[in-house]
Amino acid sequence: MQSKKIRVLIAKPGLDGHDRGAKVVAQGLRDAGMEVIYLGLRLTPEQIAEAAIQEDADVVGLSCLSGAHLTLFPRTIKLVKEKTDKDILFIGGGIIPERDVARLKEAGVDQTFGPGTPLPEISKFIVAKAGSKK
Amino acid sequence: MKESQERKVDFRTTVDGPVIKKMYTPEDLAGVVLDTSLAGEYPFTRHIRSNGFRGRLWTMRLYSGFATVEETNKRYKYLYQQGNTGFSVAFHLPTQEGYDSDHPLARGEVGKCGVAVDSLQDMEELWDGIPLAEASTSMTINATAPIILAMYVAAAEKQGIDKSKLRGTVQNDVLKEYIARNTYIFGPEPSMRLITDLCSYCAQYMPEWNSISISGYHMREAGATAIQEVAFTLANGIAYVKAMIEKGMAVDSFAPRFSFFFASYTNVLEEVAKFRAARRVWAKIMKDRFNAKNPNSMMLRYHVQTDGFTLTEQQPLNNIIRVTLQALAAVLGGCQSLHTNSFDEALALPSEEAVQVALRTQQIIAHESGVADTVDPVGGSYFVEWLTNHIEQGVLDYIKKVDDMGGALVAINRGYIQKEIMRSSYDYQKAVDSGEQVMVGVNKFTSDEKSSMKLLEIDESVEKRQVEKLKKLKRDRDNSKTKQALAEVRRVAKSQENIMPVLIDAVKTYATVGEISDALRDVFGEYREPTII
Repeated sequence: MQSKKIRVLIAKPGLDGHDRGAKVVAQGLRDAGMEVIYLGLRLTPEQIAEAAIQEDADVVGLSCLSGAHLTLFPRTIKLVKEKTDKDILFIGGGIIPERDVARLKEAGVDQTFGPGTPLPEISKFIVAKAGSKK
Repeated sequence: MKESQERKVDFRTTVDGPVIKKMYTPEDLAGVVLDTSLAGEYPFTRHIRSNGFRGRLWTMRLYSGFATVEETNKRYKYLYQQGNTGFSVAFHLPTQEGYDSDHPLARGEVGKCGVAVDSLQDMEELWDGIPLAEASTSMTINATAPIILAMYVAAAEKQGIDKSKLRGTVQNDVLKEYIARNTYIFGPEPSMRLITDLCSYCAQYMPEWNSISISGYHMREAGATAIQEVAFTLANGIAYVKAMIEKGMAVDSFAPRFSFFFASYTNVLEEVAKFRAARRVWAKIMKDRFNAKNPNSMMLRYHVQTDGFTLTEQQPLNNIIRVTLQALAAVLGGCQSLHTNSFDEALALPSEEAVQVALRTQQIIAHESGVADTVDPVGGSYFVEWLTNHIEQGVLDYIKKVDDMGGALVAINRGYIQKEIMRSSYDYQKAVDSGEQVMVGVNKFTSDEKSSMKLLEIDESVEKRQVEKLKKLKRDRDNSKTKQALAEVRRVAKSQENIMPVLIDAVKTYATVGEISDALRDVFGEYREPTII
């Protein structure tokens, strides 16, 4: 039994405007019983890190379809980790080639979800991982 | 003989689409006035040209742009040699959103999903060796469209070509940016002013240039149904026509250069019916509502892009088939130009090989399939005619709702259009998750094989090179002239004057996209997206 809802922050770093995935995931996780904060788009890693702390997020979900993920995801995670010791779960989505996944994992991304991922796969992953981290 | 049990309870085009009957007969068309217009005749349901594609084929226009202008120039020359008859420029996001390559928000984005263009110098080099007098160039640019068009005009001038001779299109449709694509800079009011300034300028000085491409593509990508795509696009179109008339322009002076942009999905007959319905509705709007007299003002001319959202990361070669069906629908529907996506685009920016397959797909449809040899070959099918009528009615219902609210600007400000689309996209995802909407290779006929395709990679040095180039430009140009030109941009932005002439002067001093956008930000402020979710 979970005493408290899992808090998920979803944000789009950088200039990419493709927000269908981020919004659908936000809705899906909310329907799966999580507390979801959708921060919006065109955000700097600094703004997202700040919000992650303020919102006391258990999970940070980053979405980027413009190809800037290798710059933006690691930078966001680094900034969050500088601000808190909390064991936050980081997930990423977008157009992310296989060759980049290992580099993102090294930088602290726990899992990436590409186009075509069923929503229950994402919520199950979060419950399994963040549930145990809480 | 007894009929076998049907595979589904309801057959639908897509999850929110209409229920499709077993068979259609003349009875399904009873009660509505039969549209017996021929191709080339009002309301142009069958095609805008009387002989369809028997004269000229559609323009095969592949959207491309990546890294720096040197790399993109090479790709353009390659496409040109392969038979690509029109250029379509993808700009990287900083250019689209009014930032220079050295801006903190541009970090990681330089040259990624388009070519980096910071100044006139980049624009000149982009077209190096390509005569702009012969080119037909489409530029996907919206918030910064006036700046980029100014650069194109100035670059052409350096090639010795007058702006009146230039052929092409700027997207210049910011309303849909608030709904779906999100590369806005300014709020709706100053955006409408910049858009209509550009359109009026073209109406006066660039008779061959399409001054706007009113786009439904991105709404569809964001999850809109076929009906929503057409309805909200035409609602935006109505808002633009109204704004131009309010500016004092006669409808027939600008409307012939208004163009449109739609998506094409895999449900072939729904797409064909959609294109036919869209032509009919727009013609009626222009004639009845705006009293257009010139038939060219009533013709819905449009570009189509096959739909990116339907491409799957799983079993990527399947995407070739999806693109083929979508392109077939676009051609059967009578498009004026077409972009076919590359099969590797759910994984990365397209490789050269994948781009070639995409172009060949169009060429095979054009020259081998035979569907381009007679006009509107599926017209007259009971089903297609019924679906055309059904989509038309759905579109009219939505347009009425938007009208009742006070028009597209109000509907967008209230978040109505965004919410409608979001609902559809969530319905679709749930239908995919439940298996009701089949995506081959994703929720049916899956396999565990990992593909080992060669993907395009943007070299990390691109950003560094572009930033160095920008620094050098700012050092070498006559900065007093640039400063003066930017002050002029601010002055005109505050006035009622058309912005285009001062923008052309400013880009000629090598003022950058970021600097000019900042000058406009000083006057207009910036738009912030309301939280709708």
